[in-house]
Amino acid sequence: MSASATAGNLPVPKAKVGSMEKQRRMALWASYIALTFFVIIFLIPPFYMIITSLKTSAEISAQAGNPWIVQNPTFDNYWELMTNAAFQRYFINSVWVTAVTVTLSMTIAILAAFSLSRMGFKGSQVLSTGVFLTYLVPPSLLFIPLFQILGWLGLINSTWALVLLFPTLAVPFCTWIMIGYFSSIPKELDEAALIDGASYPQILIQIFIPVALPGIIAATIFAFTVAWGAFLYPLAYLYSADQATLTVGIVRELIKGDVFAWGMIMAACAMAAAPPIIIYTFLMDYYIAGLTAGATKG
Amino acid sequence: MANVSIRKVVKAYEGDVQAVKGIDLEIIDHEFVVLVGPSGCGKSTTLRMIAGLEEITAGEIWIGGDVVNDVPPRDRDIAMVFQNYALYPHMSVFDNMAFGLKLRKFPKEEIKRRVDEAATMLDIQMLLDRKPKALSGGQRQRVAMGRAVVRNPKVFLFDEPLSNLDAKLRVQMRTEIKKLHQLVPTTTVYVTHDQIEAMTLADRVVVMNHGVIEQVGAPQELYHHPATRFVAGFIGSPAMNFLPCQVIDDGGLKVQLADGTKMAIPAARVDRYGPYKGKKMTLGIRPEHMTETHDSEKPGVQIMNAKVDVVEPMGMETLVHHFVDGVAVCSRIDPNVQTGPGEILPLAIDMNNMHLIEDATNRVV
Amino acid sequence: MKQLARRRSLAALALCSPLILLIVCLKIYPTFYAVFLSMLDRKMNNFVGFDNFAFMISRPSFQLVIFQSVLFAVTAVILKAFLGFVLAHLMHNIRGRNERVWRGLLLVPWVIPLSLSTLTWWWLFDPSYSAFNWTLNMLGFEDIAFLGTVWNARLSVIAVNVWFGAPFFMIMYLAALKSVPEQLYEAASIDGATAVQRLFFITIPMMRNIILITVLYSLIVTFADFDIVRILTNGGPQDGTHLFATYAFVVGIQSGNIPRGATVSLFMFPILATLAFFVLRDVMKRNKEMA
Repeated sequence: MSASATAGNLPVPKAKVGSMEKQRRMALWASYIALTFFVIIFLIPPFYMIITSLKTSAEISAQAGNPWIVQNPTFDNYWELMTNAAFQRYFINSVWVTAVTVTLSMTIAILAAFSLSRMGFKGSQVLSTGVFLTYLVPPSLLFIPLFQILGWLGLINSTWALVLLFPTLAVPFCTWIMIGYFSSIPKELDEAALIDGASYPQILIQIFIPVALPGIIAATIFAFTVAWGAFLYPLAYLYSADQATLTVGIVRELIKGDVFAWGMIMAACAMAAAPPIIIYTFLMDYYIAGLTAGATKG
Repeated sequence: MANVSIRKVVKAYEGDVQAVKGIDLEIIDHEFVVLVGPSGCGKSTTLRMIAGLEEITAGEIWIGGDVVNDVPPRDRDIAMVFQNYALYPHMSVFDNMAFGLKLRKFPKEEIKRRVDEAATMLDIQMLLDRKPKALSGGQRQRVAMGRAVVRNPKVFLFDEPLSNLDAKLRVQMRTEIKKLHQLVPTTTVYVTHDQIEAMTLADRVVVMNHGVIEQVGAPQELYHHPATRFVAGFIGSPAMNFLPCQVIDDGGLKVQLADGTKMAIPAARVDRYGPYKGKKMTLGIRPEHMTETHDSEKPGVQIMNAKVDVVEPMGMETLVHHFVDGVAVCSRIDPNVQTGPGEILPLAIDMNNMHLIEDATNRVV
Repeated sequence: MKQLARRRSLAALALCSPLILLIVCLKIYPTFYAVFLSMLDRKMNNFVGFDNFAFMISRPSFQLVIFQSVLFAVTAVILKAFLGFVLAHLMHNIRGRNERVWRGLLLVPWVIPLSLSTLTWWWLFDPSYSAFNWTLNMLGFEDIAFLGTVWNARLSVIAVNVWFGAPFFMIMYLAALKSVPEQLYEAASIDGATAVQRLFFITIPMMRNIILITVLYSLIVTFADFDIVRILTNGGPQDGTHLFATYAFVVGIQSGNIPRGATVSLFMFPILATLAFFVLRDVMKRNKEMA
C-alpha cells in the first residue's frame, strides 16, 4: 500500500493548535474537582472530631444551630484531659508499650532479616515464607487461646501482656520489609566490607543499617502504628482503668453510662491521633516507599 | 608484597558442576597477571577464591608463603576492586577509603596521611567530601582503586573493573591502572573478558576456558605462539581465520584446503609439520597475514584470489570479508586499496606466520 | 572452611532465633491450642470433638454471623478497590503538582487509629445528635436511623470500613500506575488506542498482579475486622452486624465460654487459609521471577 494511493481517500484532520493541551487541562481540572470532593468526604470525621472537641458540653446538649460550627470555641476539654490523672495514665501506658514494642520488634526483625537475606542456613527459605504467612494470621483468630496463655503467665490485666503480644503483630511485616531492603543491597558491598576487614556484626551495624535506613524508618513506622492503634488485645486482656492504653481508655472508660461528655471524648481522640498524624506528616514518603516496594517489583 | 600460588585448585558447586577444574598458577611478587576468558570460564571464581569470598573445594592457595584456604578475607591482606565499584553509599569518599584502615585501628593521622597520598596519586583530592552518588563512573572507579591502594595490601585483586565504563573512559582508565601498577608495584590479579585489556595490562596473561588454564604467557607470546586452538581464536581481534586442511607432500610439503587449493609450507617449518602428513588439520591465519599483494615477492607468500563480500573501512586499515572454500574469512588490508562487494581481490597469504592446529587434540603444532 | 561455613550458618540461625521463638510460641502454638480449646466442653473438662462446631453451625444467630461476615468483607473490599482505583487515577492525573499534599489529605483516614475514628463516626451517627441528620433536615429530608435498623447498620459499618481502607488501595494502585512505563502509553496512542482502550489493554493488565494481591490481602484483614463493629454497633441491632471476631469476643471473653469462642474464630480459618494460599502463590511466583 503506497502512501500516495491512500492520502486522497483519508479525511485530513484539521490541525487543531493546542487541542491536546486543552484536553489535558480539562482532565487536570476535572481531577482537581473530583479530588476536592473526595478529600472533603474523607476529612468529615476528623474535622467533626476537632469541632466537637472545641465545644462545651452545654453547647453540645443544647443542640441549637449548626452542629458543624463552634459557637464558643474553648480549649477547656484539652486542659481538663491534660490534668486528668486517668488520661495521663492511658497516655503513659500507650507511650511505654509502643516504645518497647517498636524497639523489640525492630531488633528482632533486623537481626532476622540480615540473617535471612545474607547469611542463610538450611531452611531459611522456608522461614522467610513462614514469616510472611504468619503476617496473614489476624489477631482476631488467636485472641482466645492467647487469653488462656496469658492467664497461665499471670499477665491478664497487665500492660506487659501487650509488650509480649504486640511484636507478634509487627515483627512479621517488619521482617518482610527489611528482607526486601537488605536484599536490594548489592552483594559486592558486603564482600568489599569483608575484604576491608569487617566482621558480620560490623557489616550489619556500619553498612547495612545505614544503607537500609529508609527501610528501617518504614518498618519502625509500621510497628509504631500497630502498637499505638491496637484495640482488640488491650480490650480483651486489660480490664482495669489504670492499665488501659489510649484506645481502650477512651472507648471504654471515657464513655460512662448515658452521660456523654462528647467534647472531652473527641478532644481525647484528637490528642491520641496526633502522634501518628505528626509522624506521617514528616515520614510518609518513607512509609509508602516501604509499603509499596514489594508490590511494584513484580 | 607477595607471591600468590595456586595449586591444583578445584571449585565444585552442588550437583558436581565444576567451575574450576584443578588449576596451577604461580604468580611472582610485583607481577601483573590477567585472567582472561569467556564468561563462565572460571576466571572470576578463581579470583574470588584468592580473595576468600568462595570456598576452595580442593587444592591450596598460598599468599606470601602461607596457605590461606582457611583464612577469612579480612586476614588475607588483600584488596579488591569490584565491577560495580561497591562503594559504601552512605559514606564520603574519604570514609570509603578510610574504612578498612579504621577497622584495623590505624591511628587517625596515619589514616589521613595514607588517604591523602592515595587521593593525590589518583587525582581525587577534591572529591574526598563527596558521597559516591555525586561521582561520575570514572571517579567512582578511582575511589574504588583508592580504597584498595590505601590498605597497601600484599595483593590487589581486580574483578572486571572497567566493564561498567563507556568505551572512551575504559581506555583511559586502562592506562591509569597500568600507571598505578608502575607506581605501586603490588602483585596484581586482574580478571577481564576483554582480551585487549588483558594484552595491554598484563605482564603475563592467563587464558582460561571451561575451568582450565589453556595457556599462560606474555602477551606477545600468546599472540604469536598460541598453544591451543582456543587461545589462537580468543586472542587477537578480528579473530584468527580457521580453514580445514590436510598436510600433503607432492614434491614439497604443502597444505591442501578442502577445495583442492594447495599452499606451500615455508622451508623453515617443513620439519615441524612433516609428521602430520595425511592428518585432518586446521590452518590458522590472522587477518593481517592475508593482505593486499604489494609485498608478494617475499618467500613463503602465496597469492589467492578472493571474491569480496563485505568491506569495512576502519580508518587506519580496512577489513575485507570473503569466503575461502565456504568458510567466512576476514582480511586486513591497506585502506588505500580500492575494492568493493563482488570484486575479485588478489590477497597475499604470509605462510611464514601460519599456524597449524591438529584437529584431534586442538593443539597448535 | 567447611567448619567456618557451619559456624556461619549456626550464627545465622541464632540471629533468627528470637523471630522463630516469637512465631512458634505466640502464633503457631496458639493456633493449635485454639483447635484444642474448641474441642472442649463449657467447663473445659471434657473432650467433645467437633460438637462445638456442629452446635454453632446449627444456630441461626451464628449463620447470620457467617452471612454478615461474607457480606461485609466482600462488599467493603469491592468498594475499597474501586474507590482506590479511581483515586489513584485522579492522583496520577495531577502528578507532580502538590501531589504530596493531596496524598497526605487522602491518607488521613488511614492514619488515625481505627478505634478512635470509629468513635467519631459513632458520634456522627448518634440517634439524637447526628450531624448528618441535622444536614439532612436542613435539606428537607427525614432523619435516617444510621445504626437503628439491621440493614442501615450493615451499610454504615461497611461505609466506615471503606472510608478507612480506600486510602491503602489508593497508595498501592498509585505505585502500580507509576511503575507502568510511559512509553507503553505513547506506543499505544500512536497505535491508535483511545483512553478507554489504554485503560483496558495496558493499565489493567499491567496492574493485574497488584490489584489481585491487594484485594486478597484486604479480604483477609477485612474478614478479621473487629474494631469497627465492636464500637459502632457491638453486633446490634438484633445481632445483625456481628462478624466472626466480634461474635467470638462476646461469646469467648464476655460470656466466658472459651471453647465456643475459640470455635467461632476458628470458622475464619478455612476462609483465611484459602486466601492466604493465593497470596502466597503470587508472592512465590514473583520471588521466582525476581531471582
